[in-house]
Amino acid sequence: MQNKIYLFLLLVIVLACQNNKKESKVVKHNKQVVNIAGSTSVMPFTEKLAEYFMVSKPEFILNVQAGGSTAGIQAALNKTVDIGMSSRELKEEEKVLKEIPICYDGIAIVVNPANPIKELTLEQVKKVFERKIINWKELGWIDREIDAVTREEGSGTRGAFEELVMGKSHIDDSVMVQDSNGSVKEVVRTDPYSIGYISLGIIDSAVKSVKIEGVDATVENIKSNKYKIVRPFLYLTNGEPTPASKVFIDFVLSKEGQTLLKKEGLVPVND
Amino acid sequence: MTEKAVKREPYIKLILTIFALSSIFFLFLIFIFILAEGIQLFFKVGFLKIIFGFKWAPTKGSFGIFPMIVSSFFVTFGALILGAPLGLACATYLAEYAGKKRKLFLKPALELLAGIPSVVYGFLGLIYIVPLVRNYLGGSGFSLVSTSVVLGVMILPTIISISYDALVSVPKAYREGSLAMGATKWQTIYKVVIPTAKSGILASFILGMGRAVGETMAVIMVAGNALKIPTSVLAPLRTLTSNIALELAYASGDHRKSLFSTGLVLLVIIMFLNYFANFVVKKRIIK
Repeated sequence: MQNKIYLFLLLVIVLACQNNKKESKVVKHNKQVVNIAGSTSVMPFTEKLAEYFMVSKPEFILNVQAGGSTAGIQAALNKTVDIGMSSRELKEEEKVLKEIPICYDGIAIVVNPANPIKELTLEQVKKVFERKIINWKELGWIDREIDAVTREEGSGTRGAFEELVMGKSHIDDSVMVQDSNGSVKEVVRTDPYSIGYISLGIIDSAVKSVKIEGVDATVENIKSNKYKIVRPFLYLTNGEPTPASKVFIDFVLSKEGQTLLKKEGLVPVND
Repeated sequence: MTEKAVKREPYIKLILTIFALSSIFFLFLIFIFILAEGIQLFFKVGFLKIIFGFKWAPTKGSFGIFPMIVSSFFVTFGALILGAPLGLACATYLAEYAGKKRKLFLKPALELLAGIPSVVYGFLGLIYIVPLVRNYLGGSGFSLVSTSVVLGVMILPTIISISYDALVSVPKAYREGSLAMGATKWQTIYKVVIPTAKSGILASFILGMGRAVGETMAVIMVAGNALKIPTSVLAPLRTLTSNIALELAYASGDHRKSLFSTGLVLLVIIMFLNYFANFVVKKRIIK
């Protein structure tokens, strides 16, 4: 009786494995497939680019998946994807990958629109996230605790923020954590006493970005190198890109692709 | 014809056995995978450094989940403070006071409460409870108290249905005896019925706790997810479950393993709670 059960389970497992193999063999012969995965900050823009790309070149199929910068880098390293997306600079051990910057993104410090504060220094922002400044009074507003919001460990936006703003010090443990640009924006939109940081591309009237060191977080200021909290959006390939992904990367870097990115509030690489 | 049916019988039994065992097989698989992925870090970093470590910075080599264990228990007890009396009151009303017509309406309504997806609870908490707490109590609103309220409502169906069953199963003769002695209905309930159903009610609380410890989505939305042990009921906090869900998307290497370790700790806590609830119920049957 028991033996029979084991036999059956074994059979199920074997069948399941065979099925898998079959599925992966179903590659559309006349279509060229490019698999892309990585940073959730880069993904929406890559998706938009892919849509345009596939309209003009229907023989290509682009699979774009999120997963995070670190996951994207890992996937590119072990070649599970053709292109990895990262929204942070590579670490030393990851430098074997070929980096292709497709555009730059500013990280804006945002507060609620009801907050009258228009300008902060980098030092002040750093101290807010270290919890060395805990009251809005210290920044020249009312006597109320600051509700700071950060991103979760491992996020590309957090990684870039830590590198560009925090330097060697760390974000304090008592700071609230949200798991996406959207949720940080939602908290800042609803809580008048909050402060957070999000990608410049997704800012709208729901939140207010503050000037840092007297410089507005705008595309122009990033281009002219005045705004300092900027990170690259990278495409990563392991060795030379495959022919199919080369066509897509060329499209992204072409004038057409770059204009599309510019429309989304990002800063093109080559102008 | 009948012979054929009789011959078929052992095969049907075999097939049903296999399907029945497959669900246990899945449980076994889940356990093995979590154990295999989660245990490595315990050996590498050290058991005490994970369970009693205060610092969680997995990309920088600190894997302490003690604040999250404490926070998980805080929200669970917070939820019980709200959910236990409410749930017991509701179960008592349903079992003792409600007429047949009202029961016909109330029971399905409560089952519906159990069927609402947790993200909806979280969303309502985010839209209504968080601003209420922020405006009237202070703090950011993302806090221990908001989380406890949301979880307290979420565990109500569990508590109500199990305590209801316990109350209903108290023999009628007990009530009649009490009433015959001249006790009022309420005296009968709180001196005879509830003490008799005690272990079932306790089991409902424990299973409610299990639900609260395991809840994820709603907690992420209202808890604020800060890493520090909350120092007041208005401070944000992060539970074991939300730690996994928050960081899984970006995790790799040891960071990923540390999330499985978190899951392992959670699994042990839930297993303990379930075992304890079963133990309490069994004791009643033996008695």
